[in-house]
Amino acid sequence: MSNFLFGRYLPGNSWIHQMSPQSKLMLSFYFVIIIFFANNIWTYGTLSVLILFVVLMSGVSIGYFLKGIRPLIWLIIFTVLLQILFSSGGHVYWHFGPFSVSDTSLINGGYIFVRFLLIIMISTVLTLTTTSLAIADGVQTVLKPLKKVHFPVDTLALMLSIALRFVPTLMDEMETILNAQRSRGVDFGSGSLRHRIQAAVPLLVPLFTGAINHAENLSTAMEARGFTDSEHRSKYRVYRWQKKDTISWIIFLFVGILILFIRNN
Amino acid sequence: MKDIIQIKNISFNYPDQPILFNNLSMNVHEGEWTAIIGQNGSGKSTLARLIDGLIVLKSGQIVVDDLVVNNDNIFDIRNKIGMVFQNPEDQFVGATVEDDVAFGLENRQVPREQMHEIVEKSLKQVGMWEFRDRIPANLSGGQKQRVAIAGIVALSPKIIILDEATSMLDPRGRQDILDLVYKIKQDNHLTVISITHDIDEAAGADRVIVVNKGSIVEEDKPDNIFGDISKLKSIGLSAPFTSQLIMALKKRGIDSPYQYLNDKRLIAWIKKLVSTK
Repeated sequence: MSNFLFGRYLPGNSWIHQMSPQSKLMLSFYFVIIIFFANNIWTYGTLSVLILFVVLMSGVSIGYFLKGIRPLIWLIIFTVLLQILFSSGGHVYWHFGPFSVSDTSLINGGYIFVRFLLIIMISTVLTLTTTSLAIADGVQTVLKPLKKVHFPVDTLALMLSIALRFVPTLMDEMETILNAQRSRGVDFGSGSLRHRIQAAVPLLVPLFTGAINHAENLSTAMEARGFTDSEHRSKYRVYRWQKKDTISWIIFLFVGILILFIRNN
Repeated sequence: MKDIIQIKNISFNYPDQPILFNNLSMNVHEGEWTAIIGQNGSGKSTLARLIDGLIVLKSGQIVVDDLVVNNDNIFDIRNKIGMVFQNPEDQFVGATVEDDVAFGLENRQVPREQMHEIVEKSLKQVGMWEFRDRIPANLSGGQKQRVAIAGIVALSPKIIILDEATSMLDPRGRQDILDLVYKIKQDNHLTVISITHDIDEAAGADRVIVVNKGSIVEEDKPDNIFGDISKLKSIGLSAPFTSQLIMALKKRGIDSPYQYLNDKRLIAWIKKLVSTK
């Protein structure tokens, strides 16, 4: 778990750290959409340059990103291989039964690989430079229009921030239960699949009841401190839209338009 | 002295459970530190939750600072009462220390500029200002309880209820928290109710109420209550350290005219004893 980078926050004070979470969220979302418009070497090249620029701006070392990609590498390789072996058309170099490798399939495989990389990079930049609290706040701001259709945005944001706040607590608790059960002779992580699933039960049940207890106590404490509903509250933290956000959006919008021009139709 | 909390003939039981309180009455005096002691399951924590309106009363009446506890007054009453619960982890709502202290203020729709001022002041008062952007996972149990107290101080209540707030802390953390609450109580002229089964904690109170099986066994100054060790034992409570020391001395032939003394008076008595020999 220690080298699992996704969802972790690295404190810093870079340009990207200082942007407001709502614009970072929207930018990442927008970027992922743009990626699906890219279809040739120029478009992918432009996007790669942009993301490299973003990574440099975040002040986080590239080695750190590569470490973050490592757990996902098998998934990427698997998908790329499927793409190479099963797509048809173009000049065929090699074929065996249903499998074939052609120049188009190789190129497509390469694109898929870059596409994966770009999506992972942008989402890692987002989580590395934004605290979970800020992300929850960003979600609340981004979803605000949904209030018009009576979607409980504030409640969702509260749930999100509490869930994020309890992740380390529950992780610690899992560790404790794991060790307690081990000391009683439960063997996790060896034996047949059936055996392993059975071994997970003495871990999951206490974790689950523990979570319910936490919820019960937390709701009592919240009520005692005057919590009525998530709408009628003022806010301690506010993330304002800044100049940096506007500039970033201008750059990203420009790149987006550029992509639409240089993609082949 | 005014009775800030009046509990009048209350009866209560949880659904499908035997009766917990039957016609119980008690008062808490304004400005006093009242300790409620009793075994596990004697109904101490339920009492605290009834006072704060977290549990609905079936019969009888509770009056807090001239307001009857009912659905209309519930938020006014919660403004007057600050509660610290047992588990430091479970009452930490905010993602960071600062956000947790601000939680109660946000609920009361305090404007932001004012909120920042109050949060800073409260955190400085409990000595946690340097820890303001820490997350709860990186704090000790005692530090989390300090933050919980800061969250209460921020709302400036008239009453603080400690619902076994020190029971999950080490002895040093416990003493720190009690000293802190004592200081806050003196500075702001608050009433403190501490619910505990730590006898030494109760020994420092102005008044002790002993609860057993949902009824009040005794209520008096700690000096009078802790003198009767056998009675304490019969309801499953242990004697404070000083009483145990007096007993141990008696066994070794040093007779004491007292059953219970607080720390200072015990030291004075022993000094006198040594000097006369």
